[in-house]
Amino acid sequence: MNMLAVKGLSKSFGGVRAVERVNFSVAAGELLAMIGPNGAGKTTCFNLINGQLRPDAGEIYFEDRKIQGLPPRERCRLGLGRTFQVAATFGSMTASENVAVARLSRERKLGSLFTSFRGSSGKETRALLAQVGMESQADRPCAELAYGDLKRIEFALALAARPRLLLMDEPTAGMASAERGELMRLVADIARRENIAVLFTEHDMDVVFRHADRVIVLADGELIAQGTPAEVRADAQVRRVYLGEEAAHA
Amino acid sequence: MLELRRLNAGYGRAQVLFDFELALGAGEVVALLGRNGAGKSTALKTVMGLLQAVSGEVRFENKSIKNLPSYQIARHGLGYVPEERRIFADLTIAENLEVGRRPPRDGAPHWTPEKLFDLFPNLGRMQARRGGHMSGGEQQMLAIARTLMGNPSAILLDEPFEGLAPLIVESVAATIRELKREGLSVLLCEQNLRYARLVADRVCIIEKGRLCHAGSMSELDTNPSLLQRYLSV
Amino acid sequence: MSSSSVLIQFLNGLAGASSLFMVAAGLSLIFGVTRVVNFAHGSLYMLGMYLAVWLAERVGFWAAVPLAAVAVGVIGALAEISVLRRIYKAPELLQLLATFALLLLIKDFALWAWGPEDMLGPRAPGFTGAVEIAGGAFPQYDLLLIILGPVVLGFLYLVLKKTRWGILVRAATEDREMAGALGVNQRWLFTGVFALGALLAGLGGALQIPREPASLNIDLSVISDAFVVVVIGGLGSIPGAFLAALLIAEAKAFCIGLGYSQATLVIEFVIMAAVLVVRPWGLLGRMPVLARPGTAEPPFARPSLRLRWTLAIVAAALALLPVVSGGYTLVLLTDMLIFALFAASLHFIMGPGGMYSFGHAAYFGLGAYAAGMLVLREKFPMELALALAPFAAGFAALVFGWFCVRLSGVYSAMLTLAFAQIAWSAVFQWDALTGGSNGMVGVWPAPWLSSKPAYYFLTLLVCASGIIFLWRMIYSPFGHALRAARDSPLRAEASGIDVRATQWEAFAIAGLAAGVAGALYAFSKGSISPEALGIQRSVDGLVMVMLGGIQTLSGPVWGAALFTWLQDAAARNVDYWRAATGIVILALVLVLPRGVGSLLQARQ
Ligand SMILES: Nc1ncnc2c1ncn2[C@@H]1O[C@H](COP(=O)(O)OP(=O)(O)OP(=O)(O)O)[C@@H](O)[C@H]1O
Ligand SMILES: Nc1ncnc2c1ncn2[C@@H]1O[C@H](COP(=O)(O)OP(=O)(O)OP(=O)(O)O)[C@@H](O)[C@H]1O
Ligand SMILES: [Mg+2]
Ligand SMILES: [Mg+2]
Repeated sequence: MNMLAVKGLSKSFGGVRAVERVNFSVAAGELLAMIGPNGAGKTTCFNLINGQLRPDAGEIYFEDRKIQGLPPRERCRLGLGRTFQVAATFGSMTASENVAVARLSRERKLGSLFTSFRGSSGKETRALLAQVGMESQADRPCAELAYGDLKRIEFALALAARPRLLLMDEPTAGMASAERGELMRLVADIARRENIAVLFTEHDMDVVFRHADRVIVLADGELIAQGTPAEVRADAQVRRVYLGEEAAHA
Repeated sequence: MLELRRLNAGYGRAQVLFDFELALGAGEVVALLGRNGAGKSTALKTVMGLLQAVSGEVRFENKSIKNLPSYQIARHGLGYVPEERRIFADLTIAENLEVGRRPPRDGAPHWTPEKLFDLFPNLGRMQARRGGHMSGGEQQMLAIARTLMGNPSAILLDEPFEGLAPLIVESVAATIRELKREGLSVLLCEQNLRYARLVADRVCIIEKGRLCHAGSMSELDTNPSLLQRYLSV
Repeated sequence: MSSSSVLIQFLNGLAGASSLFMVAAGLSLIFGVTRVVNFAHGSLYMLGMYLAVWLAERVGFWAAVPLAAVAVGVIGALAEISVLRRIYKAPELLQLLATFALLLLIKDFALWAWGPEDMLGPRAPGFTGAVEIAGGAFPQYDLLLIILGPVVLGFLYLVLKKTRWGILVRAATEDREMAGALGVNQRWLFTGVFALGALLAGLGGALQIPREPASLNIDLSVISDAFVVVVIGGLGSIPGAFLAALLIAEAKAFCIGLGYSQATLVIEFVIMAAVLVVRPWGLLGRMPVLARPGTAEPPFARPSLRLRWTLAIVAAALALLPVVSGGYTLVLLTDMLIFALFAASLHFIMGPGGMYSFGHAAYFGLGAYAAGMLVLREKFPMELALALAPFAAGFAALVFGWFCVRLSGVYSAMLTLAFAQIAWSAVFQWDALTGGSNGMVGVWPAPWLSSKPAYYFLTLLVCASGIIFLWRMIYSPFGHALRAARDSPLRAEASGIDVRATQWEAFAIAGLAAGVAGALYAFSKGSISPEALGIQRSVDGLVMVMLGGIQTLSGPVWGAALFTWLQDAAARNVDYWRAATGIVILALVLVLPRGVGSLLQARQ
């Protein structure tokens, strides 16, 4: 089943056409990589799908339901999780409080005024932190964490919402290569086990070609190629505008 | 060129660097490798005067620059490109470059916007766009270009390849090699050996705030146990 | 109005706009670069007027105007070097506190130097006559002013857009540290900007002397006008400030022309609220692009053991106090308790909520007035009035808050100020209901509460529980959602949190709590005057919160106690009590930049 389907999606900023009539879909349990040169419109695409931006034209279906016009928080409740290119976390809270906030938000328990906030030592919170390898830093304030660690916390935040579709904008940026592989393996495991669809962008071709089931390529806002990693790697146009010769052989 | 001796620094009570040592020779490209949170960025910030060193010494061109205000350090000819890039979002590309502009300095290449636009043709095409409206990769190029406008004789790059398309990684690497040819010294923070390989002559490995290995790039290649130990590759 | 008098009114408006524009441009410039909302900017304007009048008697009008402007510029530079430069690293709002201290100092300086009487300025030699325009007479001097406004505008625009200095100023506006790392010496940049901003304020004031006398009350009225102009125009937009100054000055001129001079009190705030709802970033403002999301506030430490003990001991001491002392001490302590609750409620939205409110007194005052009206007009028993009145304040907060949470940062803060000012004018002018400027008298507590100790106990009980409730909320799930919304609205929304609704709720809760404090205040004094919701009271609240330290839990309580005591002691014992308060505030700001409350916080 198609978890996400995007049809004729377009967005421009003033004169800049950031996204132009883009069509694609992601199936449950599938890892779809979106690649393309800097400024191709990947982040803009994510913002359209997640609701931070309004499309100029086109339709977005989530599980066959049209979700245009819904604010990001509603999309989150429907099951759309998101991580940002520049990791966004709650800096004044500890890692575990961050995750607990996201969890309580899913359970719709954040409105309570007089009970105390206990979620941060809960079992699920700890399990989520352990999943991303951050249990040892659970009690450190996020503002003090190294960037790579923030990325992991953010991933845990997204998972805490129990999404069925995850949008990950450069999930491994800021990590060492070994850790990148590790994180993406983790993402792939979780996605397959829980049948979550994952759409991610990445500039690390090792990660893309090793972990993606399918790849779509954006350039100047338009979709220029899609297919299996091998097909995309062999595509002449993709090599010319994005990969370069060396990376394509690596 | 740049020398750090027994440097101790950190954030308030949380010490991050412990007796950290590092040397960068003239015209050399050194990669500072280390995992997440090892203290690479902290080392650069301390050198730039953005963090106070608790003890130790930082010398640049044989003058002590420890704990000088950062603008003076920059005027001594040390350029810095932070990992978050920190583009002035409200200023156009041309204005961002103007902020970085300093008078020409002896013994360092002299940069003009025109020369930089040759180096980064992307930027040349959108000079009037505001920094906040650029994609991540475009911002990275601008951050490097802006620092070069200060005509530094050494630059500190904090993970400059992060978030760049493979083609651009190639061209930034080529740029760094080009800078080296022009006589600049480059200190580069990296977590990725693959990127470091593209440009570095020497590597230093930092772990938990301490220098634990320094040697040539080729030495590292012939000694996989080092990689195993410190970088978990 | 005939068409010629319309024209004259229009020209009047234009002339009035020039000075307004100059102050506002200076304010905007200073805010842009240093992120300091310079509360003393109106005082600099006032100083410009006094200096110009004083100098004009000695060196003549035409030399006096530039001299006064330059002198004010120098004073601004000195203030920046001696005070603000030391606290740029402190929380933004602390700087506001420092400028408020400057305001107090300048006011008392003017009082000392020139006395309490208004000072009439000379007319401008060569521009004393009038020209005939469309059958009416129009002062030549006003024509000169009409020309000067655009000249200054053009000058500023060129400096900021085209010169290197201007580009550096704008870069430092966004990220000082990075500008420094690129070799920009920001210290002198900041001093320069402050001097230029002050000079503009001084010039605006000096140019005004042929039109109105220099008076001690002009500082607050000018600063609130300037706020409004800056916000309507769009923060940081100099042409926007010009446009907004025109709009405001014209609106005022026509209100007077049509014979509704009372309406000038509210008209600008109504315009501001309307503009902000349609264009949240002001007429020519742009939505600020966030370069670096997540520049985080420090974590909110849980109350340490030391703090818990201190609070317990203080509470016990307060409960026992009436045994050993009486009379005046109890009155002062009652005030302190009430203001502690007021400050805690303001802190609730400012600290964990991250929403700055410059008009929190509105809810305090509405609580007080509601209590008074319920008792005096509806003849409710006092206990019931005390219980119901806060809901009036809470309701107002719900209405105003709906607008405020749609904006962010300083814009939202200015909108709160605007609403407070509207509330103030309504109370001030609605004689029949509120007693107008005289206020209400005879708002006394029920007989069993009328003794000082009894009322003190009631206050202690209500305020302590109110504060405890607010504190509990900070650490409740809701409090975490509120902090999440402050730390990263983007992330919070993407995690399913309704950022606006959360902030709105917090705003209403804070309004309610301030209303409780207001109602208690009304019964403790027996009377209410419009001052209860004036700007001064809002500023007092800010000072209390920041004195205590905005990122500490108990800070606002200590801040309130300290400030109330200071004000009281200074007012009774010192001639120049404002200056004395100002000096104490400055000393505290420089010595304890994280607030008094930080002393009791366990250090990280
Ligand atoms: N608010 C905006 N106003 C104007 N132009 C914008 C805006 N946001 C993005 N753009 C432009 O739209 C294009 C697409 O940007 P986007 O951030 O989607 O790129 P991206 O594919 O994510 O690139 P990267 O891989 O470097 O992150 C870029 O050229 C960018 O400069
Ligand atoms: N503002 C801060 N306050 C306290 N501790 C901090 C702060 N910033 C970083 N740290 C801590 O200092 C240590 C070193 O961080 P640093 O940013 O130097 O790492 P890094 O080697 O650059 O990592 P990365 O590759 O992820 O950028 C980390 O443990 C981090 O948690
Ligand atoms: Mg992107
Ligand atoms: Mg780093």
